[in-house]
Amino acid sequence: MSDTRRYTNAKGRPVVAVTGMGLLTSLGRNKDETWTAMIAGRSGIRRITRFPTGGLRTTIAGTVDFMGVEPYSAYDLSLAMALAVAREAKQQARLPSAASIPGRLFIATPPAELEWPHLRALDAGCPQAERAAYTHLLAAARTGRHRALARHATFLAIPDALQEELGTLGSPVTICTACASGATAIQLGAEAIRRGDMEAALCVGTDATVHPEGLIRFSLLSALSTRNEFPEKASRPFSRGRDGFVVAEGAAALILESLAHAEARGAPVLGVVRGAGEKADDYHRTRSRPDGHAIISAMRGALDDAGFSPEQIDYVNAHGTSTPENDKMECLGLRAVFGDRLPRLPVSSNKSMIGHTLIAAGAVEAVITILTLRAGVLPPTINYEEPDPDLALDVVPNVARPASVKTALSNSFGFGGQNVCLVLSRDP
Amino acid sequence: MSFDREIWVTGIGLLTSLGEGVESNFEALCARINAASSNVTGAMGAYPVHALCSVDLAAYVSARAELRQMGRWQRIGVHAAALALADAGVPSKSDILDRMHLAVAAGNGERDIGVDAEILAGLRTAEEAGPYLNDALARGLRPTLYLGELSNLLAGNIQILLKVTGSSRTFKGEETAGLACVEDAWRRIGAGQAEIALVGGALNAEREDLLLGYELGCNLWSHPHASVWERAEAGGGFVPGSAGVFLVLESATHARTRGAEPYARIASVASDHSRRAQGAAARALGRLIDSACAGRSSAPLAVLSGASGVEPATGEELAVLRDRSAAVRAYGSVFGHTVEAHLPLGVALGAMALRHGSLYPPFDRSGLEKALDEAPDDIFVTSLGHWRGEGVVKLDRVAAEAKR
Repeated sequence: MSDTRRYTNAKGRPVVAVTGMGLLTSLGRNKDETWTAMIAGRSGIRRITRFPTGGLRTTIAGTVDFMGVEPYSAYDLSLAMALAVAREAKQQARLPSAASIPGRLFIATPPAELEWPHLRALDAGCPQAERAAYTHLLAAARTGRHRALARHATFLAIPDALQEELGTLGSPVTICTACASGATAIQLGAEAIRRGDMEAALCVGTDATVHPEGLIRFSLLSALSTRNEFPEKASRPFSRGRDGFVVAEGAAALILESLAHAEARGAPVLGVVRGAGEKADDYHRTRSRPDGHAIISAMRGALDDAGFSPEQIDYVNAHGTSTPENDKMECLGLRAVFGDRLPRLPVSSNKSMIGHTLIAAGAVEAVITILTLRAGVLPPTINYEEPDPDLALDVVPNVARPASVKTALSNSFGFGGQNVCLVLSRDP
Repeated sequence: MSFDREIWVTGIGLLTSLGEGVESNFEALCARINAASSNVTGAMGAYPVHALCSVDLAAYVSARAELRQMGRWQRIGVHAAALALADAGVPSKSDILDRMHLAVAAGNGERDIGVDAEILAGLRTAEEAGPYLNDALARGLRPTLYLGELSNLLAGNIQILLKVTGSSRTFKGEETAGLACVEDAWRRIGAGQAEIALVGGALNAEREDLLLGYELGCNLWSHPHASVWERAEAGGGFVPGSAGVFLVLESATHARTRGAEPYARIASVASDHSRRAQGAAARALGRLIDSACAGRSSAPLAVLSGASGVEPATGEELAVLRDRSAAVRAYGSVFGHTVEAHLPLGVALGAMALRHGSLYPPFDRSGLEKALDEAPDDIFVTSLGHWRGEGVVKLDRVAAEAKR
């Protein structure tokens, strides 16, 4: 291309293109499977069969049960999914599998922690005549016979394994901004390319933490839906009667490149990361400031970073968790940013179908947003049977809708006052 | 990348086994030749651990209700962050806080090990392990426990209690997390994507659940305390240390505008990720040091080493530094290994030394840490993760005339 002005944005920074994407959710093992199911309005939420659910308030989730990871552990399944989506992205970006990716890995991973089967395995090696105690578990660890368990408690283990296979360069960057982590991974990659630190980046989010304690700790915070009878109906963002989110598993990967680098090597340009905005909230550990200040600032920050006005946004991929609090606050924030236009602006939540993929959600939904832009079809918000009269939104209720959309906003909000928004476009 | 903007360290908050605040830590390091083994406790059984100095961790927490939702690592971190803001001269109700970016290095917070032990005991005899576990967890775990465990909730607490809200990013990955948070702020400020940031981390080492994670890989030192360089013969290992460390980093322009004095300039931050075949960490570290030295005078190298004591990485680092005839101080000998907080701690100590105009006296009796008579113009902080990750930060003295 002769017109190199296209390669920099209004602020003189490199334009960041998306050249490869991978996606894996409870609805499918790749982009195509997940997308086909989503535009058909299918739900990936089901009864948990991975472990006994007796005594649990919530017994449903969007588990990924088809990866053949046995026995399950959050580490092993999160890694298997991350590898799968990263391979898919690399292949689509036309990077040979043996070649390196000319940039760093930015990855959002779940907590690295021992799970109960691991603690039990350690305890089995302890003197059974004495009361169970960490002192004994430490002595068991000291024998060196449980080294294979170390990966579960090592934050760098997933990035390290991914880097080894995918061939990213330098030090992998591991991020946690709670349920905004996946979006932050993309933001970090885009920032690095814009600075000229690197020509490309592999941005990944992965989360497979449907295990008893993973579920119970959200239950104890009263965050989860307890609509166990009809799992596929449990996640109902923006509806009256929504009663919490549904935990789910998933992973997504994006290869970002400077547009100049992508075009020079003939890579497909699937979309563009126009801008990112973030703002930290100071109100509460699990709730937003009632005036929505941080949410609004994050959305406006993303628009400002992109150099776009609100009128240029054609579609919003909502955070839309299906908790009473999130959906109310997100709607309030959208109203502040989009004003009178909001009722006519389509805003849908993927979580109605795939649940809340937690750490991965921001990356998962960014990939789905770009698929939306490319397909010209808006994925629906399913289970929208009874609108919440206080949330006057066009949620693309229940049925996918054809629409020509060029630019979208993707929202991600998390516990701990985390708010990250991305502006994504179809065309450079 | 080339920076057209200088990045200064303008505030330091330290809460360690040696003491609270810059002054007390600095004096202790200078006053005590061979300062090793500060505040080592035997409370963790076979594992010596540097315990936090005695301090009121509620000092910067506005309400009891807040304290109950915080793990000890979060309290340590919030305290250190508050010290850093005060040291940088950022008032507690300043509009600067609204645009100050937060980059935190963190692992997991504390589990309730009493509940864990009870449940493990019950699991030994439970007829049906699954339902028993579900029931025991639902009844045993405090509803807010998870908020004390979540990696990004140290940052969350700093937002709520200290009102730092420009943005909030928590980096993970053991030692590399500390490097990543400093690098993130340094690069953003250098490229004009930010003006001022609060970066750092905290570790509560006095907890068996934390030790267990590291001991699965046989990483801990389980003998009487010895300095970092004196553990190789017994196989090596790290001695965890409790610490909270935060730094205020800002563009020189921003600092001058508000009249803030720099401790030092962060000249470069570089990192790598070798696969740790024999000699690979040494080669990576050597490359990082040598490239940071480009254009530098032939003055002797002053190095604050973040060596953990875990072999073979520590031995490889020592060889690299000896090859370059560096005057080395392994600060882990004094503070213990503070994992996610370790690189920020090294940067804090380096910045303090540069402002003062001299490197610290040796930190151990190994004889490997040579005295350095002249005032250093720069200090290198190394970071070799106990398992993965190599990094070097170069700090430069800020000349008096550049401060205005």
